[in-house]
Amino acid sequence: MSWPLWEVFVRPRRGLNHQHVGSLHAADAEQALRNARDLYTRREEGVSIWVVPATAISASSPEERDAFFAPAADKIYRHPTFYEVPEGAEHI
Amino acid sequence: MTTVDELLALGDDALIAAQRLAEWTTRAPELEEDVALANIALDLLGQARMLLSYAADLERAGLEGAGRDEDALAYLRGEREFRNAQLTELPRGDFADALVRMLFFAAYQRELYAELAAGPDERLAAIAGKASKEVAYHVDHAIMWTLRLGDGTDESHRRAQAAVDRLWPYTFELFEDRPHLREAWLAAVEPVLAEATLDRPEDGRFRPTGGRKGVHTEHMGYLLAEMQSLHRAHPGASW
Repeated sequence: MSWPLWEVFVRPRRGLNHQHVGSLHAADAEQALRNARDLYTRREEGVSIWVVPATAISASSPEERDAFFAPAADKIYRHPTFYEVPEGAEHI
Repeated sequence: MTTVDELLALGDDALIAAQRLAEWTTRAPELEEDVALANIALDLLGQARMLLSYAADLERAGLEGAGRDEDALAYLRGEREFRNAQLTELPRGDFADALVRMLFFAAYQRELYAELAAGPDERLAAIAGKASKEVAYHVDHAIMWTLRLGDGTDESHRRAQAAVDRLWPYTFELFEDRPHLREAWLAAVEPVLAEATLDRPEDGRFRPTGGRKGVHTEHMGYLLAEMQSLHRAHPGASW
C-alpha cells in the first residue's frame, strides 16, 4: 500500500504568491506538510507551505490545447501596448 | 565553567545518535521519510560538530596548544573514551525503535538545550539556542510517528509497545547529571504514550548505566568500527 500523492506549493517570501514546487507522498495532510518541509524547504526556500491532494486538482487536457489557448495568439490588442505612456510616468 | 568531559557527553550523544539514525538512509519505508530521517541525522551531526569543536578548543587551551581537533575526537578515540549515553548506541532495530528512541532522546535534548541556552557559558548557550529549534522539530516528528504507530494497526502497536518497553530503562541514564529535567521530560512523553494507546512502563530497577564513564554496550564497538573506518584507513582524508 502506497501513500497518496500531494502537490506542494511554497511561498518564497512575504508578499509573493505560493508557487508549485513539486509533489510528494504522504498518508494525510499533516504528514504531507511535514514531508514538504523536509523535501522542499531545506535550503531556506520558503516561509509558507500549502499541500493539496493531487486528486483534487482539475487539469486542462492536452487535447483541448487548441481550443483553450490558440485563439489568444493573434489578439495582440489584449496586450497593453497601444497606449502612449505619459511623460514622467515610470514603471508602467 | 563547562568541562571537556561535559562537552564530550553532549557531543557524543549527538554524534552517536546521528550515526545510528543515518543507518536508516535508503532503508526508510518511504522516500519522504528517508529524507526526513537523514535531515534529522544531519541536524544531530551538526550539533556534534559544534560541541566537539568546543571540547577540542577547551582541551587545547588547557594543554597550551597540544590536544585534538573535532575530527580526532570523533574518529580517533577508542570506545572507552566516548561519553555518550547507552540509549544512543543501541542497535538500529525496527522503524518503531527508531521513532520511539527519537521521541525519548529528542524530548530529553529539548529540556537540556533549553536549560543550556539560558546558562552562563555563552558559547554553549549559543550552540544550545541554535539546536533548540532543530530539536523541537525532531520531537514533533517523533510524536507524529509514535501516535501513528501506537494507535495504528495491531502490528504497529505491538512493535511500538515493544520499543517503548525495551528503551525505557535506558532513559534513566540521560538524567544522571541533571535529575531535575526528568520531570519535564515525563510531562512531555507520558501524554504522547497515552494518546498513542501505549502503556508507560514501570520504573523498574534495571537501569543500565556507565556511558558517561566510557562503559558501553556490546553494540558500541561495531558502531565505531564502521563510523571510524574511513578516517582510520585514510587519515586526514578530505574532499
